[in-house]
Amino acid sequence: MVEVKNLTKRYGNTTVVDDISFSVGEGEILGFLGPNGAGKSTTMNMITGYISSTKGTVTVDGYEVLENPAKVKSSIGYLPEIPPLYIDMTVEKYLNFMFDLKKVKLPKKEHINEVMRLVKISDVSGRIIKNLSKGYRQRVGFAQALLGNPPVLILDEPTVGLDPQQIIEIRNLIKSLGKKHTIIFSSHVLSEISATCDRILVISNGKIVADTKTSELSSSIAGNQKLKMDIEGSQGAVLNALKVIPGVLKIKKKQDIGNNVSRYIVEYQNGIDVRRDVFRAIAAADCVILDMQNGNETLEDSFLKLVTQDQTQNKGGVR
Amino acid sequence: MKAILKRELSSYFNSAIAYVVMAMFFGFSGWFFIGTCFMANSSSLSPTFSNIFVIIVFITPIISMKSFSEEKRQRTDQALLTSPSSLFEIVMGKFLGAFLLYVICCMMFFVYGLVIMFFAPANWAVIICTNIGLMLLGGALIAIDVFISALTESQLIAAIIGMAVGLITYMTGSISSMIGIDWVTNVLNSISFTSYYANFTYGMLDLTGVVFFLSVIALFIFFTIRVFEKKRWS
Repeated sequence: MVEVKNLTKRYGNTTVVDDISFSVGEGEILGFLGPNGAGKSTTMNMITGYISSTKGTVTVDGYEVLENPAKVKSSIGYLPEIPPLYIDMTVEKYLNFMFDLKKVKLPKKEHINEVMRLVKISDVSGRIIKNLSKGYRQRVGFAQALLGNPPVLILDEPTVGLDPQQIIEIRNLIKSLGKKHTIIFSSHVLSEISATCDRILVISNGKIVADTKTSELSSSIAGNQKLKMDIEGSQGAVLNALKVIPGVLKIKKKQDIGNNVSRYIVEYQNGIDVRRDVFRAIAAADCVILDMQNGNETLEDSFLKLVTQDQTQNKGGVR
Repeated sequence: MKAILKRELSSYFNSAIAYVVMAMFFGFSGWFFIGTCFMANSSSLSPTFSNIFVIIVFITPIISMKSFSEEKRQRTDQALLTSPSSLFEIVMGKFLGAFLLYVICCMMFFVYGLVIMFFAPANWAVIICTNIGLMLLGGALIAIDVFISALTESQLIAAIIGMAVGLITYMTGSISSMIGIDWVTNVLNSISFTSYYANFTYGMLDLTGVVFFLSVIALFIFFTIRVFEKKRWS
């Protein structure tokens, strides 16, 4: 549905988006994840044709955005980071204007009413946008993007500044829309994306650093499973006991806690549960496990690791 | 284009701008009308028409100062530029919106003509002709002001620069007469808004004037489109 190839944007000597390629299938919800200033909005602005790319192409439904801008733009509904609202208009008049601007060919009144019902703004349709709260404004922006039922929706941080209740509502809305639309949506909050998206694209310093299914992100970055343990006993005995357990790959002593107790990190193969064997082996070696925890990285850890890894690599490159 | 034009007009009339502009225009033109027709006991509207140039220099930037600057400040240009409407349609809609408000102001001169008819035969050739000239002159200034507003995010700066440019176009005629170098005088005269406009106020439908003002309008609409194209390409 959306195909991005070698997309690059440079401002002078600064490269904001660096050779990004990815594609999004029909009905897929793609999460665009990255810290602030990673190039998310710039990429989205290039896909929607707001700014041009320095290099590379964006194809939507078979049409190239720079060659066939009208065609591409009419098949994309875009909610920018700051919703483009004319604050001196009423909600209904604004949506009427956007309907005409987008040259939508659906029954006007019914369609606008339907969209307003969908994002739950029917009750404020007669109010001037200036007087609406942030949450309502965001939803009016959302409604604007939905006008004309575009097959592709691009949402730039749609939940920023909303209260938890509204965030859940917007999330559910995105999920339900994902059945009929292709959605690209960005956020710098991981939980946001992991709750809604099928696929995550992590972007840092203008580059894609990961492109995985949401369920696989953690394991693909973190690698092996880990156990974190506090064990009482001599270090040699503990290491010898653990080494021979099938499935254990790596044992690392992290720190001495005192009173003959040390903390160890044990890495083991995915799919093998080594906890029982570890317990027995340590007991047989006459040592005591005082504490055993899952040492796996959370999604948030993996994300941070990815992003910082990329930054240090980049710094190295500059030198 | 129709959608943008409609929105422009409604935003003028939903804010104070349309009323302030119309009050200014009607007030000053009425003052000139009384001064040069009633007080001077004349049935000719020509002096009123030539005086009104100065007022137009101040009114046109007020009309079009927010055309694009406000869009940029509120980030609504993102909605315009990502819509399937072309840049030409967007710029043209903006220009026509501002121009129509100005045309409404100019209609007042027909009322003055009717007033004169009570006292003496009115010279409708002059009135119609000058009104065409007035609209072309204002159209050219509005096209320039729309271009200026596309360059800045501040309405105030757009208005001030617009007024400065307007005053320069008003003064080119007198500046050229102060300069002794022949070719400079010629160049300045050939781009002098005042001299082209003056021909209209005598009741001549001067074709060179029509072509001149239409070219200025076309040129600055083209420049405005280029501003957005360049922004997208840089």
